[in-house]
Amino acid sequence: MTVKDILATGNFTAISLPDEGREINGVYIGDLLSWVMGRAQADNAWITIMSNINIVAVASLADVACIILAEGVTVDETIKTTAEAKDVNIISTSMPAYEAAMELAKMTV
Amino acid sequence: MAESLYFEYPVDGENFASAGQASTRVKRNLRELGLDSETIRRVSIAMYEGEINMVIHARGGVAKIEVTDSQIIIILEDKGPGIANIEQAMQEGFSTAPDDVRSLGFGAGMGLPNMKRYTDYMNIDSVVGEGTTITMKVNY
Repeated sequence: MTVKDILATGNFTAISLPDEGREINGVYIGDLLSWVMGRAQADNAWITIMSNINIVAVASLADVACIILAEGVTVDETIKTTAEAKDVNIISTSMPAYEAAMELAKMTV
Repeated sequence: MAESLYFEYPVDGENFASAGQASTRVKRNLRELGLDSETIRRVSIAMYEGEINMVIHARGGVAKIEVTDSQIIIILEDKGPGIANIEQAMQEGFSTAPDDVRSLGFGAGMGLPNMKRYTDYMNIDSVVGEGTTITMKVNY
């Protein structure tokens, strides 16, 4: 499953998509950034409601496949540009984290 | 590579939004050297946590990286307030970070434990009122 595949469901919107073919393996849900750094695995889709600029660095350094902003959370233009420059995929959804994760789980079955 | 490579980066302590710049540059340099992605990930996370600590507590400092043929050595030096009780600071969940930092998603008390988790060796040398030097090694 790639980031592009998730977008194809129609339930997610692209915010930054420098690497849409990135393969996703597993999901991690969390908003405490150090917790995410410690527990998320490489290639996870990271679902969060945290939307400050530091999420881009966390995603890049922890090497997750994409950030999924849940609950309709949005980011400002600076974050979008930084994410594109740092090769970080960000997509958003109006769904809560649990439902977004369920959506992804359905796709991997 | 037969000889060690050295990199040195300043860590800007004033701007929380740009925290992670030194780690991002290290990540890029290690990629260019052709290191495997898991090693790069371990170094990146450990260094980013250290960098964040330097921004939160010490108004910045210096990050020195040495790449040998078998390990990456990360030395983080700051002239911050120092750590009074290192054993307590190493406990998951213990944090002295202020509320504004917590609202950004940091200050969960996972920084130092994460640095230990992702490295093969970690040492904290700290003097209250003078500063802290953290040395980490990642074997590859």
